[in-house]
Amino acid sequence: MNLSSTSSSKRQPVVCIRDVHKYYRRGAQVVEVLLGINLDIPDGAFAALMGPSGSGKTTLLNLIAGIDRPDRGELLIGGVDITKLSQVELTRWRARNVGFIFQFYNLLPVLTALENVELPLTLTKLSRRERREHAMLALELVGLTERVHHYPGELSGGQQQRVAIARAIVVDPILIVADEPTGDLDKGSAEDVLNLMQRLNREFYKTIIMVTHDPKAAERAEHVHHLDKGVLSDGEDQERGTRI
Amino acid sequence: MTLLKLVLRNTFRQRLRTVLTLIGMAVAILAFCLLRTVVEAWYGGVQASAPDRLITRNSVSLIFPLPLSYRTRILQMSGVKQVVYANWFGGVYIDEHNFFPRMAIGPSDYFEVYPEFVLTPEEKSNFWRRRNACVAGRKIAEKYHWKIGDTITMRGNIYPGDWSFVLVGIYHGAEKTTDESQFLFRWDYLDETLRKTSPSRAGRVELYIVKLDDPTNAGAISKAIDVLFESSLAKTLTETEKAFQLGFVAMTEAIVIAIRIVSFVVIGVILMILANTMAMAARERTSEYAVLKTMGFGNLFLTCLIAGESVCISMLGGVVGMALSFPSASVFSKKMGSFLPIFHLSYSTLLLSAGICFLIGLLAAVFPAWRASRVEVAEALGHVG
Repeated sequence: MNLSSTSSSKRQPVVCIRDVHKYYRRGAQVVEVLLGINLDIPDGAFAALMGPSGSGKTTLLNLIAGIDRPDRGELLIGGVDITKLSQVELTRWRARNVGFIFQFYNLLPVLTALENVELPLTLTKLSRRERREHAMLALELVGLTERVHHYPGELSGGQQQRVAIARAIVVDPILIVADEPTGDLDKGSAEDVLNLMQRLNREFYKTIIMVTHDPKAAERAEHVHHLDKGVLSDGEDQERGTRI
Repeated sequence: MTLLKLVLRNTFRQRLRTVLTLIGMAVAILAFCLLRTVVEAWYGGVQASAPDRLITRNSVSLIFPLPLSYRTRILQMSGVKQVVYANWFGGVYIDEHNFFPRMAIGPSDYFEVYPEFVLTPEEKSNFWRRRNACVAGRKIAEKYHWKIGDTITMRGNIYPGDWSFVLVGIYHGAEKTTDESQFLFRWDYLDETLRKTSPSRAGRVELYIVKLDDPTNAGAISKAIDVLFESSLAKTLTETEKAFQLGFVAMTEAIVIAIRIVSFVVIGVILMILANTMAMAARERTSEYAVLKTMGFGNLFLTCLIAGESVCISMLGGVVGMALSFPSASVFSKKMGSFLPIFHLSYSTLLLSAGICFLIGLLAAVFPAWRASRVEVAEALGHVG
């Protein structure tokens, strides 16, 4: 794991979204969720996606992360058009390039904190010892070295989310996506998690895209994008210099 | 981190549910083992039969005897090594519940034809020296606490009167399949008594046991014996010992089929139970499967995870069931006594049970694994299990 990876190309877009559309079918009805989204997110950016419920922000995050597919448009992540990848290729691509942070942590309850962090590394060619070292390093970064052998049920919400962050960064992905990472946390824990994410972005130049309802959480982001009824709106995004 | 670790931890994640399923599996496999052993015991006589022995009886029915004179004529045939005979005595020991086969046997080379009944030379010589001598199998001797020298009295039903025998030997089986519950006494004692009480029934035997030089000639010699007595008053029916025993089993084939069906119904029921358990477990873990997929784990990994857990539960339950089947079979064997004299759990039953456990484990995982493979990640991440 190279957490201090390069920042030389910091201003190059790592996420390029071109005319992306997404529809859902509910019986005979077609619901348009995203309507021609265009967005660039530079390498090393900390971007927030905001908007009311049902605006399509989680759908957009899922498309960027490669866990859903657009009905139309191009999605270039780190130079790869992920819309052209097969399901198997997309799964492999996710394993190498994307770290996920969920609102409800989504740790495996039968594994300890260390084992949860180590889990994504089992898909790599690292030896068992190397995997342990990488997982320990990630846990050290999130300040949980004292809790490595604890199961998720033995940890607080904030600690679980820190384990989830360690799991997200352990494979050294080009992109970290976070869906309401503070949505299930108290104020203090939310602050800790946001501080940690900010540190990952500032010190280790990790590109982070965060979906949030919380304006205070969004304040930590370098760029804030507003979605409403499937369309990105102008305003603050432009003020912060992001092309929409 | 290994798949095995995840499988084992998932197996005991819902302890109560796993334990209850394990118990169900163990009981089902125990029942399957016992039912299979009952069927095998039913065929015990068939398994114990020797290929070089033929049975000759009256072609009309077993209850019609054959003249003693037939022995000499059969003995003269080429390919025949020895001919011995036996009569089914029936009788009652104390009361009707004490059932075990009682046979009048002769002549003195009987135990050469049946080498699987192991007696000491002294026991054999005492048997042929004393007119009312008898020998008993180890199982019934233990059951009724008989000792050498004991006088055993039977009440005759086919051959009326009170019959007293002196126990001179207790045989044990040379093979696991040898019936150790027979009571054998001398045919000439029976014949001698009949000459006094019922002369018309004397000098007759029910079965001739023909020992061959070469078992491959069994078919030809059987036919030759029946041809020999074709014009006689008592026509014969000769068949191999195995065919003769199968004839008995065929009379109760419906019961055997019913037992076989029940044994597989039990397996079917436990398959449904395990499949239900696995479906519940997989449903609860939908969001976890989505997370694993998100991290890059494929459908094969999820299938192995689910199938591994399912096979783990079924095999553990199966092992417990198979372990319990040994003492259960022992108790069952004692209770059944002489009705099913050869009641042993066979390796084939244990192997079949293990195979069935494995198969059940795999089959029970098919539907949950299929569902897990179809989990839409984006949709399932919103799922709260």
